[in-house]
Amino acid sequence: MELQGKAHKFGNDVNTDYIISGKYKFKTLDMQELAKHVMEDLDPNFYQKINRGDFIVAGTNFGCGSSREQAPLAIKHANIGAVLAKSFARIFYRNAINTGLPVVECNTDLIDSGDELHVDLAEGVIKNKTKGTEIPIKPLPQVMIKILNDGGLASHFKKYGGFNFDQEG
Amino acid sequence: MGQTIIEKILSAHSNKHVQANEIVVADVDFIMGQDGTSPLAIRAFQEMGGSDVFDPNRVALVIDHSAPSPNEGVSALHKLMREFARAKGVRLYDIGEGVCHQLVPESGMVGPGSLVIGADSHTCTYGALNAFSTGVGSTDLAGGLISGKMWFKVPETIKFVCHGRLPAGVYAKDLILYLIGDVTADGATYMAAEYTGEAIAALSMEGRFTVANMAVEMGAKAGLMEADEKTFAWLARYTDRKFSPVVPDADAHYALVKEYDVSKLEPQVAKPHRVDNVCPVTDVVGTPVQQAVIGTCTNGRLEDLAVAAKILAGRKVHPDVRLIVAPASRRIYLEAIDLGVLQELIKAGAAVVTPGCGPCVGTHNGIPSDGENVISTANRNFKGRMGNSNANIYLASPATVAASALTGKITDPREYIKENI
Repeated sequence: MELQGKAHKFGNDVNTDYIISGKYKFKTLDMQELAKHVMEDLDPNFYQKINRGDFIVAGTNFGCGSSREQAPLAIKHANIGAVLAKSFARIFYRNAINTGLPVVECNTDLIDSGDELHVDLAEGVIKNKTKGTEIPIKPLPQVMIKILNDGGLASHFKKYGGFNFDQEG
Repeated sequence: MGQTIIEKILSAHSNKHVQANEIVVADVDFIMGQDGTSPLAIRAFQEMGGSDVFDPNRVALVIDHSAPSPNEGVSALHKLMREFARAKGVRLYDIGEGVCHQLVPESGMVGPGSLVIGADSHTCTYGALNAFSTGVGSTDLAGGLISGKMWFKVPETIKFVCHGRLPAGVYAKDLILYLIGDVTADGATYMAAEYTGEAIAALSMEGRFTVANMAVEMGAKAGLMEADEKTFAWLARYTDRKFSPVVPDADAHYALVKEYDVSKLEPQVAKPHRVDNVCPVTDVVGTPVQQAVIGTCTNGRLEDLAVAAKILAGRKVHPDVRLIVAPASRRIYLEAIDLGVLQELIKAGAAVVTPGCGPCVGTHNGIPSDGENVISTANRNFKGRMGNSNANIYLASPATVAASALTGKITDPREYIKENI
């Protein structure tokens, strides 16, 4: 999978309340509506700034806090191509893979807001076209690659009727 | 090599001997969803082609995050949950029954050695019962509902050894805030925590739930404790089911062992807007507060209400403060009435709201105004958490919150508590 877009930089410990506030997410399953409020408490106009395929780029512990799956879904429906961070909180990480939002662990110190990025998930490398540098990606666990390749956990279940990881026998 | 508690529980549920960093598909003993996460899980369940849940007796759906419903959007989602529960024969706890993390332990379905997933990040609470319980998202929950299984990466474990006894006026909440402040909000990411030592053994079960509840605030997948006589006595109130306690091996491998002497610990406060932004209460004494909240899955239990009542009995909440009290379950609500605890709180000026999560998650029941300071017994103080991103949230023990409600400013509860009850 290859992705192309501009970086929008955030700090460390971006929690799921900041990604999508509880005051919105408890009310509706309309993800298009929730997408309008993505990252609102950190940047009130963030949704307007996104061009399709852009990246959220953050520091450590992205997605900490609540288990709300509305967080990766709101990001995905806001047309963000992937989230790049130094590390992710584990529930968010699983939820993103399960719902088909690419999450990439890498050294985001090498990226500034506005940088044009080309992310090649298969090759495991990010090209920072603005800076002319390459940034390696920390590979996903095999199980998660399998789920992503199947199109998310729902499609995985539809295909196999349950968990089916070859190496598990 | 020996195993940690979580390595043993995951081994027993996947029928093989596993160590940290292995991937397992494990059998799940119990599954819980709440009203913020279940509607999406129901949608994923349908998308996955699910027909029946794997075992209706091992599933609970809880309406607690917006209970009773504050608007028609929420009402529609609650209706979806009720219809799903009825169709699948699953237990639904409706409005007023309480907060999921109090109801699941009270159900008697979870105990030492259990493996539980819940679509709520504070599912780690049942680690206090020597269970491996962890929060998942809605799609994982749907996968669990269909298959009765879940995949896990076996986590490494950090051991927290807490020596000494907590002084008067210092509680389980102060201890866990201190630990989080020490290791920070991502200090245990991808890992499990094991809490042990004299100070943990001395805690009541209520206190242990408080400590386990906040494991996720240091990024942990679980916060586990060993079972002892207190655990069994607590469980015996709710079930005669037999469980298999899990003890870590002496030669288990820990990623890190942290040792603390808690005998001189002061009451702690987490300042806005981070749970790991922790300081002794003495650093923030005098900060004005306009709202005080006692309740939530962290500190809405009988012991918590009783401590607050002890401080507030015969006194009045400061005229500039709204005190909101939400018992964690209907059972606790009734016990607090029987013991006269709620009467004391109400006479002091508390507004008692329906057992549930409302004020903590900003859905209703006490959204602060711009520029206001709130002191709360909850587990998160993120900007906007309580429904207004222009308010500030301080986290503290029920004693500190009660003392602060009394004076209208953050107050050291040791002025009111000379010995722990």
